[in-house]
Amino acid sequence: MRLVLKNQHIKFNVVINTIRLNLFNSPLNTILTCVLFPLITYVVFNGVSWIFTEANWQGITNNKRLFLIGQYPQEESWRIQIVLIFLSYILGILASLNKPVFYKISIGISSAIFIIGLFPEEFMQIESTTRLWILSIGAGIPLGYFTRNRFHLNSGKIIILGSIGIILSYILLRGLKNSEVIPYVSTNEWGGLLLTFFLALIGILLSFPLGIFLALGRRSNLPFFKGISVLFIETIRAVPLVTLLFMTLIIVPLLLPEGWRLDRVGRAVAAITIFSGAYMAENIRGGLASVPNGQIEAAKSLGLNTFMSLYLIVLPQALRNVIPAIVGQFISLFKDTSLVVTIGLLDIVGIGKSVVLGNIDYINTQAEVYLFLAFVFWIFTFSMSYISKLIENTLGVGKR
Amino acid sequence: MFLIKKKLLYRNGIPFWRDSKSLSFLAQLLSTLIVISLLGFLVTNLINAANARGFSLGFGFINQEAGFPISESVINYEPSNSFLKAFSVGILNTLRVAILGIILSTILGTFLGVCRVSSNWLLRQISVIYVEIFRNIPLLVQLFFWYFIVFQALPRVQTAIELPGPIYLSNRGIFLPFIEFDSLSILWLIPLTTIPLLLILKHKRLHHYLFFILFIALAYGISFLQFGIPVSIDTPVLGKFNFAGGIRITPEFGALLVGLTVYTSSFIAEIVRAGIQSVPRGQTESAYSLGLSKNETLRLIIIPQALKVIIPPLINQYLNLSKNSSLAIAIGFPDTFFVGRTMINQAGRAVPIFGMIMLAYGVMSLIWSIIGNFFDHKLNKGKA
Repeated sequence: MRLVLKNQHIKFNVVINTIRLNLFNSPLNTILTCVLFPLITYVVFNGVSWIFTEANWQGITNNKRLFLIGQYPQEESWRIQIVLIFLSYILGILASLNKPVFYKISIGISSAIFIIGLFPEEFMQIESTTRLWILSIGAGIPLGYFTRNRFHLNSGKIIILGSIGIILSYILLRGLKNSEVIPYVSTNEWGGLLLTFFLALIGILLSFPLGIFLALGRRSNLPFFKGISVLFIETIRAVPLVTLLFMTLIIVPLLLPEGWRLDRVGRAVAAITIFSGAYMAENIRGGLASVPNGQIEAAKSLGLNTFMSLYLIVLPQALRNVIPAIVGQFISLFKDTSLVVTIGLLDIVGIGKSVVLGNIDYINTQAEVYLFLAFVFWIFTFSMSYISKLIENTLGVGKR
Repeated sequence: MFLIKKKLLYRNGIPFWRDSKSLSFLAQLLSTLIVISLLGFLVTNLINAANARGFSLGFGFINQEAGFPISESVINYEPSNSFLKAFSVGILNTLRVAILGIILSTILGTFLGVCRVSSNWLLRQISVIYVEIFRNIPLLVQLFFWYFIVFQALPRVQTAIELPGPIYLSNRGIFLPFIEFDSLSILWLIPLTTIPLLLILKHKRLHHYLFFILFIALAYGISFLQFGIPVSIDTPVLGKFNFAGGIRITPEFGALLVGLTVYTSSFIAEIVRAGIQSVPRGQTESAYSLGLSKNETLRLIIIPQALKVIIPPLINQYLNLSKNSSLAIAIGFPDTFFVGRTMINQAGRAVPIFGMIMLAYGVMSLIWSIIGNFFDHKLNKGKA
């Protein structure tokens, strides 16, 4: 009995000591704590009560579809569902590759999807068809996870499958001219989160190889390739993204013959890709510089040619060393997609600013709409930086 | 015959199609040709388009009358001024917001970075939350937030919020009292510049200059008694429709400045934290054991070492801030890019004006990279 009491006493002391060490360890800190604590309580309490009582979230709840897919025709939205199921299937396959990072990501995403899909009807009203779609997207992940071994998919096959699938998804989303089943949907009608994700994903997929090429060019011994890469990288890095977006909008059509016209979304993708590619090149160059010369020499003495030694020896090591920087670049690319608002595209920010707040009914819900937009971006960027930390830990960069 | 052929095609017994030197030469020649023909293709198209649509590619328009107003300007600008002057107004506005933003975000970011390593748990958490929130939200959304929800939602001029100063907050802008100079104000420059310089340079031997400083102070005191203090404070006064006097911070400028400062300071906070944490604990401990005071340790041991880690990424952030100021277009602040776009609409010369915009930003980042290289050189001087 006495022992237990004593233990409790010690535990209590530990708590007190922690509080004292962290909050009241000097006169200045005591004053700070005494000032800050009521202040924080006041701000948090008022903020939370504003969110749940005063704020009018109708602008968002009544426009869910606009925020998600913009002006994309509602009767064609099944295509987006199929693409999402495909993407979750790919994620499931990646999760089964013995890569703890992908495993953790897919666990996180699938549990989030299932929680939303199975949320009790009393708290959140979702139509049963929507529920079914959400759950089917969630089901893609375990499906991919368990079917990989059946199809004997290795990483090479997955890359080929993934790239074919992404091209097919693009065709599916865009539709074919003169087609009954999948009629043409102009990219001008794409919007909302769909457009944001499209720009971010295509930007990432294209700027990564561009960055590798530019980085290799910059380290090349051949003066011409080196010169042109340096010129490209430094010019692009010197100007802000908005100017590039306007350049692809106004100047590039003048440089191409009549008839060679990209649509607006294509121009935005081009600007984002070359902008991000130039930054990516600098990150990858840092990685290339970190690979010891002995590795290249050893590869050569093993009889590998330049391409093979790059592909098998240099690039894997170089990229591994700069994964945090590359993910950081992806995060800023994702944030930068919001700039397409300045050339009149309706990504999620554009939908919020022009469509929802342009409607007279929601004109007084500005604060709510912008907070919602901030929250959406925050969720994605924050989880991306969390994933980056996971990768860093699993690869043990800096620990070897 | 065979010998000539052999000399042309073989070098040291290696045929030219397997010789890396000739191959790399050929590859470069080929890609040079491709690039030149591509450039030629683009330029021909441009000239054709220019001829077909009847626009000119020259810079002849630059001295013509601009014909559009600019909402705020550092220098005197009228719509009847030239395009060149309009563009320089834009550049000056960019510089104004960039310089102020850099100063403010450095102060705020350093403060937050120091809070991050504070021994007070609450302060640390506030800093973490601030950084994680503002770093992860796109600057554009933040600018909309500051502009539409904070600056535009302020009360009208007649019912402006009055803060001590007097500072007035209204939806037409923030009105602050400002120093009004007259012809003798230039005299202030001498003590205002020399005393801080003396303080910095001759930190420990200030008493040698005591008589000098006293003498200057006495001279100024006597002259002020004679002529009156040559500076007055101009306070804003509510007129019929707007405030008169003082200095006005427009909602556009205010929102852009606050947005850039808040966004960049969250990055700077992380840089400062990393810099402080990069100095090993042993350095502090050995400084204490050498008998240095807490203040001296900070000034002589920690800050010089932390700065080596802090300055290069910090300058990169300054460059980012200067470039991000181009988002002013989203909220209508007339910076370089905004004025340039208005000029394109007005003059219809997209290509040369775009060249001017790119050049302006290019020169700005060139200056930053020169500054960065200078510091790199300076900081790494001690290293072998």
